[in-house]
Amino acid sequence: MIPLEHYLIVAAALFSLGLFGLLTRKNAINVLMSVELIFNSANINLVAFSRYVSGDATGQLFALFIIAIAACEAAVALAIVMSFYRILKSVSLDEASVLKG
Amino acid sequence: MERLDTIASLKFFTPEIVLVFALMWVLAWDLILKNRPKERRGVIVGSTLIGLVVALVLSIRLLDAQAYGLFHGMIALDSFGSLLRIIFIVTSIIVLLFTIPSKELSRVHHGELLVLLLAVTVSLAWMANSINLLMIYLTLETVSIGSYVMVGYLKTDRLSNEASLKYILFGAVSSGTMLFGMSLLYGLTGTLDLYAIRSALASQEMLVSSGPVLTVVILMVMAGIGFKTAAVPFHFWCPDVYAGAPTPVTAFLSIGPKVAGFAVLVRFFYGGMAERAGDATWNVVGSVPWPAILIGVSIVTMTLGNIAALLQSNLKRLLAYSSIAHAGYIMMGAVVLSDDGIQAMLAYIVVYLFMNLGAFLVVIVVHNGTGSFELQDYAGIWRRSPILTIIAGIFLFSLMGIPPFAGFLAKWYIFAAVIKADLAWFAVVGVLNSAIGAFYYIKVLKMMFIEGSAVPETSSKLTVHPIYAGLLFLLVVPNIIGLLLWGYLEEITEYSQRLLEVV
Repeated sequence: MIPLEHYLIVAAALFSLGLFGLLTRKNAINVLMSVELIFNSANINLVAFSRYVSGDATGQLFALFIIAIAACEAAVALAIVMSFYRILKSVSLDEASVLKG
Repeated sequence: MERLDTIASLKFFTPEIVLVFALMWVLAWDLILKNRPKERRGVIVGSTLIGLVVALVLSIRLLDAQAYGLFHGMIALDSFGSLLRIIFIVTSIIVLLFTIPSKELSRVHHGELLVLLLAVTVSLAWMANSINLLMIYLTLETVSIGSYVMVGYLKTDRLSNEASLKYILFGAVSSGTMLFGMSLLYGLTGTLDLYAIRSALASQEMLVSSGPVLTVVILMVMAGIGFKTAAVPFHFWCPDVYAGAPTPVTAFLSIGPKVAGFAVLVRFFYGGMAERAGDATWNVVGSVPWPAILIGVSIVTMTLGNIAALLQSNLKRLLAYSSIAHAGYIMMGAVVLSDDGIQAMLAYIVVYLFMNLGAFLVVIVVHNGTGSFELQDYAGIWRRSPILTIIAGIFLFSLMGIPPFAGFLAKWYIFAAVIKADLAWFAVVGVLNSAIGAFYYIKVLKMMFIEGSAVPETSSKLTVHPIYAGLLFLLVVPNIIGLLLWGYLEEITEYSQRLLEVV
């Protein structure tokens, strides 16, 4: 059987990649994709821990809830990006620069 | 703690049920009356108001209820949460009244806004009562998703859209980070229940080996809580979102999610990582001294908030930084590990509700009159409406913490609790910060009073909508008679003595 550490390493790598994408990408859609990576890294952790540590299904249940919530959040985020695009004809975060100081 | 099953819990869940019912009712009538705009407005505003008032009455009746863990220990029923539920509903009622004559919102239909307001209110009440990591995450996201849309409610307004985009990006990142922290905590303890987590963390084996992981967990969870409470270093969204959102929504965000964030902070740390040591004190459970982390966050938050506020020329941004600073003060109450600290937090939150909503109401009234949020356009308000200026002065003095007003009482409670816990230096930091804070509040007042004399006489009187006039009066009274409320406030917040009785 694959040991727990492997899952944790994959999850940590996904989390770091997501964070890296967040900090480097200028496109709002790319940033949202990076956020999904972060959510999924937590999912991997939860499912792995549910199998190896707690032995019950609470972690898997949590992961299911996260998938549903992530979908809601993505829907709202894309709607907001759409509405932003309608005004500025761009999804670049550099355009979101009126509010500052 | 006695844990009730789903059916037995419903009896203690009436305020939420009423709110959810009101939400669906408003949504349905908003669609049914689509072709009759006149009645539509009245019906939706009326039903929202009735729903909120009924929920308020029901939650006041729950204040004295015995403590239970509802729904198999997912949601707590205790006096701490019941008081916060009342605070959320009162905030919503006031914000609902804010939206009615608001000029910013006059061009858009209010139906969805009211539905969102109800949805966020009910999830705030859940959020403040969650005692399970899954519930904390779920409710936090429900609050967030609703408020993202509320911030971007002015679809054609560039600022509103930009604010909403920034809010959702920061929000998604911080809740993702919190989630990763929660998954590690689950891995560490094998459970999602906060009280089970506490017993797991207290075991000898865990005390030896859990240090580094637990530190990471606390820092990551603080990302989510810090985002909701607008604490440094997760505050970046706050000034932009406050400035871009419609002002009634800003007023709501400055109370609702912030207070719920503090509730989660207390539930998480006092439920999962502390235990009662004596009559009124608590001990840290686990290998990480988390109060030290919170002290650091609190000091940085209030200092940065106050200093950044000095540089602002837009009233909404100024109040945003001021609310960051106040988050720092409120957090002071959470670090002292005593019932006094929690009580001081609650007292501060109650007073903060009145003074901050009041300050935002002044901003809304001035915007309705002048169409501007810039500080320079506040010049001469004294000439145009002396009463408004005096009332604004009272709110600002209260925010400053000047004695005859309620803000002083709130700060007094917090600093006293901190000194009692032998952290006098920390209280000194807080007092120094209040002194810095006084500068920018006085800057606003000076603009309204003194520099007004240069404004030509021709500028007309500022008209105040009757609803706003009534609200100004209602909000200003608790601020003036703050000191008389001393005993009463103590009585209200004494409920926190029974905090987390659910253990």
